[in-house]
Amino acid sequence: MSKMTMVQAINLALRQEMANDDRVVLLGEDIGRDGGVFRVTEGLIDTFGPERVLDTPLAESAIAGMAVGMAIYGLRPVCEIQFSGFAYHCFHQLESHAARLRWRSQGRLSVPMVLRAPYGGGVRALEHHSESREAYWAHTPGLKTVIPSGPRTARALMVSAIRDPDPVIFYEAKGLYRAFREEVPDDEETMPIGQSQIVREGRDLTMIAYGAMIRPVLDAAEELRATDGVEAEVIDLLTISPLDETLMLQSVTRTGRAMVIHEAPRSFGPGAEIVARLMEGAFYSLEAPIARVTGYDLIIPYFSREKWYIPNVRRIVDAARRTLTN
Amino acid sequence: MPRSDVAVTDRLESLSILDEYGNLDRELEPQLSETQLRDLYRAMLLGRRFDERMLDLQRQGRIGTFPPIKGQEASQMGAVFPLRPGDWFVPAFRETAAEIWRGRTLESIILYFNGFNEGALLPDTQKDLPIAIPVGSQVLHAVGLGWAARYRRTDEIVMVFFGDGATSQGDFHEGLNFAAVYQLPVVFVCQNNQWAISVPVSRQTHTPTLAQKAHAYGMPGIRVDGNDVLAVYAAAVEAAERARSGGGPTLIECVTYRLMMHTTADDPKRYRSDEEVALWQQRDPLPRFAAYLQQKGTVTEPQLAEIETRVMEEIQAAVEAAEKRMQELDDPLAMFDHLYAEMPPQLLAQKSALARELADAGKEVDDE
Repeated sequence: MSKMTMVQAINLALRQEMANDDRVVLLGEDIGRDGGVFRVTEGLIDTFGPERVLDTPLAESAIAGMAVGMAIYGLRPVCEIQFSGFAYHCFHQLESHAARLRWRSQGRLSVPMVLRAPYGGGVRALEHHSESREAYWAHTPGLKTVIPSGPRTARALMVSAIRDPDPVIFYEAKGLYRAFREEVPDDEETMPIGQSQIVREGRDLTMIAYGAMIRPVLDAAEELRATDGVEAEVIDLLTISPLDETLMLQSVTRTGRAMVIHEAPRSFGPGAEIVARLMEGAFYSLEAPIARVTGYDLIIPYFSREKWYIPNVRRIVDAARRTLTN
Repeated sequence: MPRSDVAVTDRLESLSILDEYGNLDRELEPQLSETQLRDLYRAMLLGRRFDERMLDLQRQGRIGTFPPIKGQEASQMGAVFPLRPGDWFVPAFRETAAEIWRGRTLESIILYFNGFNEGALLPDTQKDLPIAIPVGSQVLHAVGLGWAARYRRTDEIVMVFFGDGATSQGDFHEGLNFAAVYQLPVVFVCQNNQWAISVPVSRQTHTPTLAQKAHAYGMPGIRVDGNDVLAVYAAAVEAAERARSGGGPTLIECVTYRLMMHTTADDPKRYRSDEEVALWQQRDPLPRFAAYLQQKGTVTEPQLAEIETRVMEEIQAAVEAAEKRMQELDDPLAMFDHLYAEMPPQLLAQKSALARELADAGKEVDDE
């Protein structure tokens, strides 16, 4: 075990999978010599060479489209899109091809690719560098959308994503890249895609979140315990799609109260789907309406105002109290 | 018979008028008035000094990330200088000197790069688009503007800027192709500054020039010394006249160099040598142009110093005005402005919710 940041943990996962499996290749802008603008691929070109760490021409659609071809021919491409705000160039290749090639070929072809991209706000970035649009991918049949919440889950899920037989969108909260260090095992560790986990146990309320929101949610749960004597259970989704409804239904059936927290805009966001699943599967256990704490239905404002956009502990605690008194 | 040569357009010119050693080609020297020459120099210097000040502000934590333009003043100012106020200017994001020339205030640029949406507001009179950060995406907008300008029977033209990296994007191909097919009044200006963050132009294209790509679309292309403001200006005048007179689009490749980092978040020492940067520093467009103006007798040494002083005063005043303005822009509710012409009900509700939250937070502060 060693303590590392999420950047180092993803780097470890890539390094180990590249060493284990020569089908794994990386492609993206500035991922070679520069090590990626966030340094996630730092040093990998030195170990594995430019044939396996491709500094591509500046063309996101080409990165995704080429990865489709590589994957069809049995490679395991891992794409880096520098910021998720530039991944929309890839949309056509992912929606029209990566997501449906298995289906279109009646199972003969498949696209085991991973598309990594930093997402989310909180780092005083320029326009197009702070959005949370995971719902686009989650809405696309044929894709899996994974969002780790820290170094350990990022490492384990990255290994699983690379080994997954289908295309995986892997969103990395850039606010978490260097936010904290965590023990990450040196030996291989995987986590099943499509499985959420309870990161804090509680009997009074279920809080469902993922990615960068897990930390403020845990802080809010602690505040609720300290000031209200309320024990909130916190579920870290880890995979947005396919959604693990088993665990959240079990939890809400016990607590009778639920809330969903995400940075993405509210309308048609992941929270809407989660609430619908809870209504379908746990309606008779609910004692209060399910609360949502989300970004507004806005483009995240330029950074001087982003703190007012991103859900914070205060907003989460207030919503929890409304849910609890209902 | 089965294999024979096909006649294709492949004539490509390279243009240099004032080289880095101060040699001037008098036959090609553009006829600019003394006022025009001084305006051009002042605009380049303002771009340079403002850029340097922005870097200081960023390093002091007074603004956020921004992309310096240092070294590219000639390639953008030479290109934009022949534009008329009624023409369209479509920037990428490293055309700050040209943006200022077109009328954007220094204050708005400071606001923008310190994370205030208010900094994106341009004067109503400016027929310019805001900067485009997603690389290459603006090329198509320029083509659409060009189509609309012709549809409206105007004599306006459109000038669009992009970098060497953008030529790898599909949007570049699509834009140039459309413009050529419809023979639209668009001037495509590629600021080839050699580096797209860490990737050199040799990894963007296998062709020896970017200008030659014009030929595949059936439009003229020209390669100019992008650090020679006279050459860029001459090429831009020619392309603008062609566009305005119905002769269709042109691709201009300005060969220049990004002397600084991609943005202030970038460390160029990771991917390029000091020797390379030093080489390009010798080709700096500003001293070259200043020496030309002095030799020509357009400006004297004291006049150059005077321009420098005025430019520094303008920048200082803008920084002070911007910092004062930012103190006043403390209302978070402004984030709800301008998303739709008419705010939908759910957004009104969200805005009210934030207003209540702010009022409650204000009350708590008062109670304490």
